[in-house]
Amino acid sequence: MARVTVETVEHVARLARLSLTEDEKRLFARQLEEILAWAESLQALDTSGVPPMSHPQGARVLREDEPRDGLPRETAFAQAPEAGDGLFRVPRVIG
Amino acid sequence: MTIGLAGLTAAEIRRRVAVREVSCVDVLRAHLDRIAAVEPRVDAFLFLAADRALDRARRLDSALAGGGPAPSLAGVPVAIKDVLHVEGLPTTCGSRILDGYRPPFAATAVERLEAQGAIVVGKTNMDEFAMGSSTERSAYKPTRNPWDRERVPGGSSGGSAVAVASRMVPLALGTDTGGSIRQPAAFCGLVGLKPTWGRVSRYGLVAFASSLDQVGPLARTVEDVALASSALFGEDPLDATSSGEPVPDFARSLEGHAAGLRVGVPWSFLAEGVDGETMARFRESLAALEAAGASVADVALPHLPHAIATYYLVATAEASSNLARYDGVRYGLRAPGIHDLRRLYGETRDLGFGAEVKRRIILGTFALSSGYYDAYYLRAQKVRTLIRRDFDRAFSACDVIATPTAPTPAFRLGEKMDDPLQMYLADIFTVPANLAGLPGLSLPCGLANGLPVGLQLLARPFDEETLLRAGAAHQKATRHHELEPPL
Repeated sequence: MARVTVETVEHVARLARLSLTEDEKRLFARQLEEILAWAESLQALDTSGVPPMSHPQGARVLREDEPRDGLPRETAFAQAPEAGDGLFRVPRVIG
Repeated sequence: MTIGLAGLTAAEIRRRVAVREVSCVDVLRAHLDRIAAVEPRVDAFLFLAADRALDRARRLDSALAGGGPAPSLAGVPVAIKDVLHVEGLPTTCGSRILDGYRPPFAATAVERLEAQGAIVVGKTNMDEFAMGSSTERSAYKPTRNPWDRERVPGGSSGGSAVAVASRMVPLALGTDTGGSIRQPAAFCGLVGLKPTWGRVSRYGLVAFASSLDQVGPLARTVEDVALASSALFGEDPLDATSSGEPVPDFARSLEGHAAGLRVGVPWSFLAEGVDGETMARFRESLAALEAAGASVADVALPHLPHAIATYYLVATAEASSNLARYDGVRYGLRAPGIHDLRRLYGETRDLGFGAEVKRRIILGTFALSSGYYDAYYLRAQKVRTLIRRDFDRAFSACDVIATPTAPTPAFRLGEKMDDPLQMYLADIFTVPANLAGLPGLSLPCGLANGLPVGLQLLARPFDEETLLRAGAAHQKATRHHELEPPL
């Protein structure tokens, strides 16, 4: 079964763009290991030839590709922490 | 304390409004008075919207004064879980990361209730992003159970359940991803329906786990749940996964007998872990259904012991993806004074999310990460298929499947806060319906040591009609729904 270390949590937190305190990393490592140990029962099941289920059946997931109005720009920008010149502002990403 | 109009069901309010015996404003004022008296003791609401509600009640009264028929929820005050957008009101999802957020559009489910004359009085408290089974994970405050204010109301739709149980509204909307309508309904002595996945539009519902989330009503009677379902159900062009399955006339399901109904009980799954008094009430409920004409037989659902593990891998994986949108760029909280984009994301999310949300993002991201995807996420999706097949087989021999809604009555505030696994295990009877996409109904089935417990009935996809028929028969035979909390 999966060993969950503080390094595992750090790696996953990086993927999830989540900063964590040292205390949170230790706590989540312990709790994650406990939860995954509990989920170990799934490994014993025979799932050969069983298709994965992504959502309940019957969903009509495709529609006609017809243009329709989205949110007006000013409405969309009204909620932004920082915006201007018709753009969302973020810290500089290119040196 | 006499609470007058505030004690009425939605159906009774609508009837009195329709014959012009009372005005929508009178009904609303009675409920606002009740809220003023009771809300400080239970903390069900995050926001009240008295002015908006009065304005709408007045407008509806004017329209009715001009003649014409009253719509199906005319003048019925409703509370909305703060995960659904209401025009003109904030949405926080119980999270700091959406503090001050004003949605630019409204949820279809809310608009459908308002189109039938329902009056929104406020937004209700919830576990942050609906992740929790107690409403203690709200970033703002815990909500208290009116039956015992030292106990949780259940969750994540705890605020909606308490608003209805405390007679502040007759009807509320919740959402159910793994039991978040049914379990608080059980803990507060209410009727709660999780419709079939696809029955109710999710447009304007903030996503937690998209393949599991479903909107549904909580009320004090089966009749009111049926009334709300008729308004809520149906296809919505704004939600491509909403179903075009025809919506039956639920009024016909409420005759109050269960002749010929075949009830399946997965006895081996209930053999351990269920509180003794809860089990006693469950057996009495089965007897009540039998007396109303139903037959009860054992059914096998061999993969149910794996449902919790499957659920917490699938739900957290979907959540980790859905919650990626909270990045401090387009809306919501942004961590101040940070000049590096990567740190801006990380610090904003650290600041904005509570412990349970972070834990689930970590678990879900882990289950989806390279090297673990096959062993955890993909395997959970395959076991999900096995659970669905169990139900398909079981429903060849029965019409509904009965279990207790939760293994115990409401637990104490704080009791499970430090032990996430114990909190997850409280959802053992409710998560299978979400995994399989089935409708599920929780009905009050009496008290266990003074606290309400629930009977859960599950049915085939899109067969809410049978659930409501069985629920109406149970309600007629038992009258547990008339019990009032000692508030």
